[in-house]
Amino acid sequence: MIAPLTQEQMLDLRQCLERGLPRVSRPYDALAEQIGAHHDQVLQQMQHWHEQGLFRRVGLVLNHRALGFVANAMLVLDVPDALVDNVGQRLGRAPGVNLCYQRPRRLPQWRYNLFCMVHGRERAVVEAHIETLLAEHLLNDLPHQVLFSTHAFKQCGGRFAPPPSQVWAHG
Amino acid sequence: MDLDRLSQHLIERYQHGMPLCAEPYREMAQVLKCSEAELMTCLQRLELAGALSRVGPVFEHTRAGASTLAALAVPAERLEQVAARVSQYPEVNHNYAREHHYNLWFVVTGPHRQHLQQILDELEQDTGLTPLDLPMLSAYRIDLGFSLGGHP
Repeated sequence: MIAPLTQEQMLDLRQCLERGLPRVSRPYDALAEQIGAHHDQVLQQMQHWHEQGLFRRVGLVLNHRALGFVANAMLVLDVPDALVDNVGQRLGRAPGVNLCYQRPRRLPQWRYNLFCMVHGRERAVVEAHIETLLAEHLLNDLPHQVLFSTHAFKQCGGRFAPPPSQVWAHG
Repeated sequence: MDLDRLSQHLIERYQHGMPLCAEPYREMAQVLKCSEAELMTCLQRLELAGALSRVGPVFEHTRAGASTLAALAVPAERLEQVAARVSQYPEVNHNYAREHHYNLWFVVTGPHRQHLQQILDELEQDTGLTPLDLPMLSAYRIDLGFSLGGHP
């Protein structure tokens, strides 16, 4: 049996992973060395986290802008609360919708409760696609707006793991 | 950028999942019928072109900690400065300008909700602008990468 990582090693490992896997033949050996563990322990922990659902996916994380997907639209809709799950599920399955979330309204500043992301290479194509989606799902009459991005100031992975000092200070 | 065939296959095949084993790159190379060295070069080229941000896990934020989508309505002449202030936080990952009265949109992640609140409060104090705070309530589709062909 392989010994589990300590809490501190787990936290260190999560921080390392947020920055990506080392690109060497044996990346988990490299991570194990960084956190003072054996690679079998690291792989076991990865498997465990994977089964627990801590990872949405493990693989290549791409920057869609550099790949030519420069037309990035956020479609927001004001959907009656009783219908939002139904509309969300339908739009979430629609082609070309990368992401579909329900979020709270903040009245009076913000009335929209359903958010969809649609990425494409050309703005006109994305606009036409959104029009088609709205028409197909009979959503034209709902208040909605399309917010195209004009500049990416920052794009990287989420930093969820607290810095160790912050955790251990309370420990 | 112009993608060669190996880059395209690599992207299509390995955005959604890669082997969890001691030598994942070797296994990926075997599947793609190239050498591990060729695969590494390909990854490096994608990274240098800015197309690859990293290889590894994307965390499920509902399990990994807390996260919210925030927006600020920034006067045009202050946009660059406020955007830079927002981007300073390591907890901010995406930070975009969008065409709207609320023209700066960013995602804040952290170990717990209190941590996010502290950042939003600090930003409000520093900028005099009140952020919209829009945490996810339900996910109908999560981002699983995208196809190089296809829609739209």
